[in-house]
Amino acid sequence: MSDTHRAIDAVWRIESARLIAGLARIVGDVGLAEDLAQDALVAALERWPESGIPDNPGAWLMATAKHRAIDMHRRSKRIERKHEEIGHELDTQQEMTVADLDAAIDDDIGDDLLRLIFTACHPVLSTEARVALTLRLLGGLTTDEIARAFLIPEATVAQRIVRAKRTLSEARVPFEVPRGADRDARLSSVLGVIYLVFNEGYSATAGDDWTRPALCEDALRLGRILAELTPNEAEVHGLVALMELQSSRLRARTGPSGEPILLLDQDRGRWDQLLIRRGLTALARAEQLGGARGPYALQAAIVACHARARAADETDWERIVALYDALAELTPSPIVELNRAVAVSMAYGPAAGLKLVDALGGEPALKKYHLLPSVRGDLLLKLGRLSEARPEFEHAASLTRNARERELLLDRARSCLNGTSPQ
Amino acid sequence: MRFLVMVKATKDSENGVLPTEKDFAEMGKYNEELIKAGVLLAAEGLQPSSKGARVRFSGPRRTVIDGPFSETKELVAGFWLWQVKSLEEAIEWVKRCPNPMAGDSEIEIRQVFEAEDFGDALTPEVRALYKDGIRHTSQKA
Repeated sequence: MSDTHRAIDAVWRIESARLIAGLARIVGDVGLAEDLAQDALVAALERWPESGIPDNPGAWLMATAKHRAIDMHRRSKRIERKHEEIGHELDTQQEMTVADLDAAIDDDIGDDLLRLIFTACHPVLSTEARVALTLRLLGGLTTDEIARAFLIPEATVAQRIVRAKRTLSEARVPFEVPRGADRDARLSSVLGVIYLVFNEGYSATAGDDWTRPALCEDALRLGRILAELTPNEAEVHGLVALMELQSSRLRARTGPSGEPILLLDQDRGRWDQLLIRRGLTALARAEQLGGARGPYALQAAIVACHARARAADETDWERIVALYDALAELTPSPIVELNRAVAVSMAYGPAAGLKLVDALGGEPALKKYHLLPSVRGDLLLKLGRLSEARPEFEHAASLTRNARERELLLDRARSCLNGTSPQ
Repeated sequence: MRFLVMVKATKDSENGVLPTEKDFAEMGKYNEELIKAGVLLAAEGLQPSSKGARVRFSGPRRTVIDGPFSETKELVAGFWLWQVKSLEEAIEWVKRCPNPMAGDSEIEIRQVFEAEDFGDALTPEVRALYKDGIRHTSQKA
């Protein structure tokens, strides 16, 4: 790829979300807005290698997209109603300079971006569709990048995006920021999408790599952008705190040959103190806004306990147990219970933890969850019950789809056989 | 990817000439854009080199040299740490920066090493750090 192409790519990454958002407000349809934006990109790819990148690339792209919209209308009545709006806008802007145009866009851009985020995460779409659409429209990822991130075929992603746009059109989803009773649930959906992307990068559910840091960066960036757009939403800061703090450990999570290193064995000197500081700041902001008991803020507070401990044996496990107690009350789930059991075992001994884990044995939701037998095996190992621990690790290994994790678990199973610590 | 973005010093910055209120306002607006874009990780201004020092290393010898230092153009007057996807994106953001100094100036962009970049530099000694193995809980690391 030529230098100019790479530079244009960079401009696209910076400008595309705002461009699509601004156009979506004008034409009222996200799918159409993206088509117009893509047309403008094509035009840029044709012109800029020769003319150079304009001083205000965002304004150039927006103006080009608007002209395209008018051209399109001349061939189709679909957006006849919108033509008047666009035409009117363009007419009144005939005398405007690029700077004026830019200012006009900027006035609304924050709101438009927010509208776009909420629309891409609309509950009428399936979760996968929301993820694909968000990464595409707000993250600026190509279909190929999204496909590789989730290890699914590119055609599947492309289809998902096409269908998502069609669903939004057919359901006549309004391009707006939800208010009132709706808002909390809608915001929850947005946060869920962002965190899902983050988690896929943080501990990949499948594939060869234990982590995919670039995905974490994408999610974190989206979270930070959202926090700036909704500065008074405690849970947004809570989610950002959670992601900053978890990201601080990314460099310590994999060993020299890509093998996973568990939390308590990580070299804490490799934890990113800058990200820890940012995470703690975001958590404080959430707490100042009265959101200390929100689900994301609580999870962030748990991670913060680890972040504050300079060594594993300085971890305030009792505080972590208390936080899990609060989290279990708020968002009860077998997975939260499992994590709580681990914390209990660290604070009060493996027998106490095992009791709680055994109580989860019949949970249908955990039937295929590899961490349940993995944790059970771990606790049995600590209690010296090696022959019982081994089948647990083997079972866990059979449940995970991640190659690295499987190796780790089989290793632990083998070590139970020899009664030695795994290498 | 992360980049350290450095504003190079000028005679003025070395002489302690502070930016005007207008300069501060414009730079403040720019930093806000970086924050809103989720790109900014850190930002600081550096005091003139007259307030700093250097330590020279030669074998076992350490020599302290007090500022100011003469190669003005090579000195760093301020820096940002950014998280972006490519060098090109960093360049594009830098181009949008208001003039960091009165008169001509320069901003340098350097990529931060990430763990993956170290590759084979992680030696057997480092491996030994992990020799004790994975002995604790399987809690999500």
